[in-house]
Amino acid sequence: MTGAPPAAAPPVRYRVTARTAETADTASIVLEPVTDALPPFAPGQFAMVYAFGVGDIPLSVSGIDGHRLTHTVRAVGAVSRALHGMRPGETVGVRGPFGTAWRLPDTPGADVLVVAGGIGLAPLRPLVERTLAAHRRTGGPAVLVGARTPADLFFAADVERWRTAGARVLTTVDRPDPQWYGEVGVVTTLLDRAAVDPPRTTAYLCGPEVMIRAAARAVVHRGVAPDRIHVSLERTMHCGTGHCGHCQLGPLLLCRDGPVVTWSQAEQLLSVREL
Amino acid sequence: MTSAPAATAVIDRAGLDALIRVLAAHGRTVVGPTVRDGAIVLAELASGEELPYGWGVELEAGHYRLRPRPDGAAFAHSAGPNSWKTFLHPQRERQWSADRASDGGTAFRTDPPPTVSYAFLGVRPCDLRAIAMQDRVLTGGPHADGRYRSRRSRAFLVAVECTEPGATCFCVSMGTGPAAGPGYDLALTELVDEDGHRFLVRAGSPEGEQVLAELRLRPADPDTRDEAARVVREAADRMGRTMPPVDLRALMRDTLDAERWDDVTARCLTCGNCTMVCPTCFCTTAEDVTDLTGDHAERWRRWESCFDLEFTHLPTGPVRSSPRSRYRQWLTHKIGTWHDRFGSSGCVGCGRCIVWCPVGIDITEEAHALNQERRTVADRQEMP
Amino acid sequence: MTALLAGLAADHRDRLLALGRDVAWADGARIFEEGGPADRFWLVRSGLVALDVHVPGRGTLVVETLGEGELLGWSWLFEPYRWQLGAVARGVVDAIEFDAAAVRAAMDDEPAFGLELLRLIGAGTIGPRLHAARTRLLDLYGGGQDTAGTGPAR
Repeated sequence: MTGAPPAAAPPVRYRVTARTAETADTASIVLEPVTDALPPFAPGQFAMVYAFGVGDIPLSVSGIDGHRLTHTVRAVGAVSRALHGMRPGETVGVRGPFGTAWRLPDTPGADVLVVAGGIGLAPLRPLVERTLAAHRRTGGPAVLVGARTPADLFFAADVERWRTAGARVLTTVDRPDPQWYGEVGVVTTLLDRAAVDPPRTTAYLCGPEVMIRAAARAVVHRGVAPDRIHVSLERTMHCGTGHCGHCQLGPLLLCRDGPVVTWSQAEQLLSVREL
Repeated sequence: MTSAPAATAVIDRAGLDALIRVLAAHGRTVVGPTVRDGAIVLAELASGEELPYGWGVELEAGHYRLRPRPDGAAFAHSAGPNSWKTFLHPQRERQWSADRASDGGTAFRTDPPPTVSYAFLGVRPCDLRAIAMQDRVLTGGPHADGRYRSRRSRAFLVAVECTEPGATCFCVSMGTGPAAGPGYDLALTELVDEDGHRFLVRAGSPEGEQVLAELRLRPADPDTRDEAARVVREAADRMGRTMPPVDLRALMRDTLDAERWDDVTARCLTCGNCTMVCPTCFCTTAEDVTDLTGDHAERWRRWESCFDLEFTHLPTGPVRSSPRSRYRQWLTHKIGTWHDRFGSSGCVGCGRCIVWCPVGIDITEEAHALNQERRTVADRQEMP
Repeated sequence: MTALLAGLAADHRDRLLALGRDVAWADGARIFEEGGPADRFWLVRSGLVALDVHVPGRGTLVVETLGEGELLGWSWLFEPYRWQLGAVARGVVDAIEFDAAAVRAAMDDEPAFGLELLRLIGAGTIGPRLHAARTRLLDLYGGGQDTAGTGPAR
């Protein structure tokens, strides 16, 4: 890889130019380079985003627009809380791009199936955008989204736009509120209504690991080949450059060999407890 | 660094002192073995006097004692508690710092690359290979660790072949010794016999040749050459430990669910000593610190052990919460999945993890036990 | 065609369909009530059906929705033949309705048909719904969920 930043290189300064509250604890922040930009990010890759004095965390890109990056962050730890609380004008440090990208289908016109659980939709958003742009003539992707409650669903405006652009978006929640009139249940129950042709389908899954395992098995059961199922995995990451050892999953370093891997790579590894 | 066709020569103890002086005169920080706190450690040497002449070691699982040697040999001891990674990949190092400006912006700054030029004197063949493995890990991927590379590319390596393997050594099983493999600038073989205390020396690089040229040498006589080859060859037969003669990578892959892991973790304290003394373990953690003004922050990297409970965790908690999984992670990575990521085993057979384990867990014994369990399971499955 | 019908051998499918008739519900129509007699069941052809349960003080809570191609109701298979949940149409729903007693009689009459139907309902409906319920017990998206799909909470 040429132009890859060296390990231990300091972050590059980016300025927060917009912030959107997605749910009660999740926000998207739009970042633009203060001066120099990092090399271009691809959907599925991640950045290490640094909040001054607090630390950095791996965040997938949830939007790519030239040098403008969007990250969708849920406030759960010290760094993510700091980033979640960022307001336009504030500066963060960004390192990257790191890791593998979602691999678009090899064959044009292949059916694209996207299955997202919770905040797993964030890294899939730029993939859906690319797919819609690339497959205008065909049917558009099937996007299945599961969330805990209706209030935890986000990217509502994007989802509407995707539908208009030809995507079949199905949404389900675990716990409906009285106003919810949509589907209730786990995201895998939507698979039978995805209207994809399994032998021609490439699938992209992201969400909690248990959901990924269940969804991947269900997708395989319907006839999608394991090497055409792409999943994004998570583990601790400190360096992003393949040196700190934290993100090891068996033979893989997920910051380098992942986070996106195929189900044929992941299935056996995820079946070993505490690997 | 490739080994050049080497002129061999012989130096005596005074020659070794001169070598240290020459290396120091080249502006190098000379590091080598010396006796400190009841152990032979690697430390900066001011002169050849500080080498552990006349000291050997007695090693066993969880056991290390210095023993005087009547022959006065300087390098007739096995690996000590530290290794060269202490110098090339230090325990704690600043990565960069950040300052918050009055306008709210942030400026990031890296430290200038390290300028130290080390000369490592007394690099064991196993440790020579360990350095090569860390080279691969830290500079062989798409993102090279520039600070490591600065130190490493300026380091001058004087290997010393092994003539006195310890009871916990198994470099022969790992294919790393007792003869020095490639990568050295100079290689020594120590001989103490009726012909005197002397060192066969050969250069492995142009720089090594250059240093040799500055020493008073006598050409190596055939007898000394033969004798040096003989003692190294015979050392290969005196390894205190062996690994099972099987594909260890496959063994690790096949035994992830073995019962033996429960046995070893009944003893393991998950203290992480093995990872600290291991010459190839490279894992680190990121530490962010801020000064009292709150306007200056620094990123430090420090050694971390995969035995730490929080080493890898998900939002829901630690991934490897059982000691069993953490010991398994260490061993399967060391001699198994290291191959997948770095093209070789990560174990050089130095035996440090055996010696410095407070409860005497022996990596070779565990590998043998796993191999035995795999065989037993296979036999059971073959029975009608 | 629903997975259930597609999975049946042709003669068994014909036998089942001979016992069915088309029905439709308007939006909001209650299809059955919790505790009521499970004397029918349906294959949803289009639309969405909400399974619900009434909790005093919290109202009627939807626990799951069933869509196109899914089997609505399996309490009719086992005694005491009572609905465990209620069902209400979400929007216009088209379905094929079967008389439970007639289907049970056909299953008894031809055990091969009965076994195949039971297996399909077990594999396609009861098992997946049990699995889904267990998965939801884990509340996977709750509490300490990750920051964005690649790393831990920090």
